[in-house]
Amino acid sequence: MAEPTVAVRGAPARPRAAEATARDSWLRRIPLLPALVYVILVTQIPFLLTIFYSFFSWNLLRPGSFQFAGLENYAIVLTHSSFRIALGNTVVLTLGAVLISVVLGLAVATMLNREFFGRGVVRTLLIAPFLVMPTAAALIWKDTLLNPVFGVVNYALSPIGLGHVDFVNRFPMATIITIEVWRWTPFMMLIILAGLQSQNTDVLEAAGVDGARPFEIFRYMTLPFIRPYIELGALLGSLFIIQTFDSIFMMTQGGPGQATTNLPFLLYLVAFQGFDIGQASAIGVMAVILTMIVATLALRTLFTIFIVEARR
Amino acid sequence: MNVATTQPAESVATPRRAAPFPTAKVGRTALAWVVAFIFFFPVLWMVLEGFKQETQAASIPPTIFFTPTLSAYQEVLSRDFPPFFINSAIATIFSTFLVIVLGLPAAYALAIRPVKKTRDVLFFFISTRFLPFAASLVPLYILAKNLHLLDNILALIIIYTTINLPLGVWLLRSFLLEIPNDLFEAARVDGAGLYDELVRIILPVVTPGLAATALICLIFSWNEFFYAVNLTSSIAATSPIFLVGFISGRGLFYAKLSAAATLASLPVLLAGFIAQRQLIRGLTMGAVK
Repeated sequence: MAEPTVAVRGAPARPRAAEATARDSWLRRIPLLPALVYVILVTQIPFLLTIFYSFFSWNLLRPGSFQFAGLENYAIVLTHSSFRIALGNTVVLTLGAVLISVVLGLAVATMLNREFFGRGVVRTLLIAPFLVMPTAAALIWKDTLLNPVFGVVNYALSPIGLGHVDFVNRFPMATIITIEVWRWTPFMMLIILAGLQSQNTDVLEAAGVDGARPFEIFRYMTLPFIRPYIELGALLGSLFIIQTFDSIFMMTQGGPGQATTNLPFLLYLVAFQGFDIGQASAIGVMAVILTMIVATLALRTLFTIFIVEARR
Repeated sequence: MNVATTQPAESVATPRRAAPFPTAKVGRTALAWVVAFIFFFPVLWMVLEGFKQETQAASIPPTIFFTPTLSAYQEVLSRDFPPFFINSAIATIFSTFLVIVLGLPAAYALAIRPVKKTRDVLFFFISTRFLPFAASLVPLYILAKNLHLLDNILALIIIYTTINLPLGVWLLRSFLLEIPNDLFEAARVDGAGLYDELVRIILPVVTPGLAATALICLIFSWNEFFYAVNLTSSIAATSPIFLVGFISGRGLFYAKLSAAATLASLPVLLAGFIAQRQLIRGLTMGAVK
């Protein structure tokens, strides 16, 4: 089994930290500063500017239109149906894709946790969807797999009468979710498999000898053990999937109508088709608020895992 | 089935563990291969289509057996794909280099010689990675415009460094933490200086960490689309932007599309396959080993 590994520790983790003099503590900080300053400059300044712009009425197509507008942008954005639709789509897409890929990832990981012929190859093939360029994958799905005339999936489904269904246009959200699930299941699988493989098999065997059935072992021993891994996968996955843009841009351009417009795509439309900087910024701020809710949970889980790792 | 009947006495206590079932094992293996095939099929199809003639690439029924041809690749390469590919490489290599140059000292400061508020700094780093890209796009666009960095690869290098730096710091720190404290004490007793400390103790541990960091940087920079499509247009456009040209494709273009998609995906696919062991650790910022 894995040796006990030391992970996150509190600030005064190492004894040497205690004897720090003022000069010493500066010496310690110097290697940290370039990265810290860089990240603050490139992330916090734009973020503060987004908040700043969101209070101004500013359209790039109307020169000199830069005017303080208070909360007007937020009022426009919040009362406009396109924002509510995009928010709803973001939630549906994120929840749908995360839930399905976690369940599939768990199933596949359980399958891969046992010895069988060609396990290494199977694992390698399974991570391919995560590595393929998302823009490339979206076009391949749209044009060669789900095309109502030439699509291979359509061809395979023709015996049950689905041969000429235009999936991308008739079921746009389901199609986008399918592709995100295809892409993120390997990610979930890898994290959950790592959890399964760090489990002590002796205990499981002992439970088997004591007469516990495989399902009981899975339900009452394995599942609680890998729960933090599942949570980590789900939360990291949510933070990535909330930002889905590539597949929507390449397959549906947010349509038909607004059927697949999520918040990032709406912001793109408002900023680069409408050139309305103020409103786009207000949408950006809303996206941050939504993400912060998920991120807070994610960070807490990440921290729990480090503690679990440290205990092992 | 009838295996259980060979040992009826024990079957009461442990009916399912009697003897290994070859059928069950074969079934499991077959299922695993079927699942792998389903997930891999779109990738396989992308590669196959790229080696077909255009008429074979769009046919009913789909062409499965064919004589491979490189004509689609030749067309993609002789047209305008190479500059896009080179831009992707420049953006990825330089940003990865910056991530390591900036990230390794920071990880060192946070692991070997922890500063006050180490935890706050770590969580600040990672919180910037989870800020939605959308929240900073508009100001970055305006800043880039004012600094004449629109359609300039430098803008992408700066942004990709920012995206990957928090991951790099966390990841490298998780490797550095594996060095036992005693090792430093022992080295110090031997009279080793900072340089010796770096070369003899840190370097061997950090090398796989650098590989994991480079892999994660490669995946996220090479495949990045949101900033690339909004901040570049022609001169600095990267591989995914080349694929945008296929969105409204008319006529026969599946083979060319597939060849371009394969070429664009190849670096990350290969690196991911080779460095599988670093992948999980990298994707979870060192939390899962």
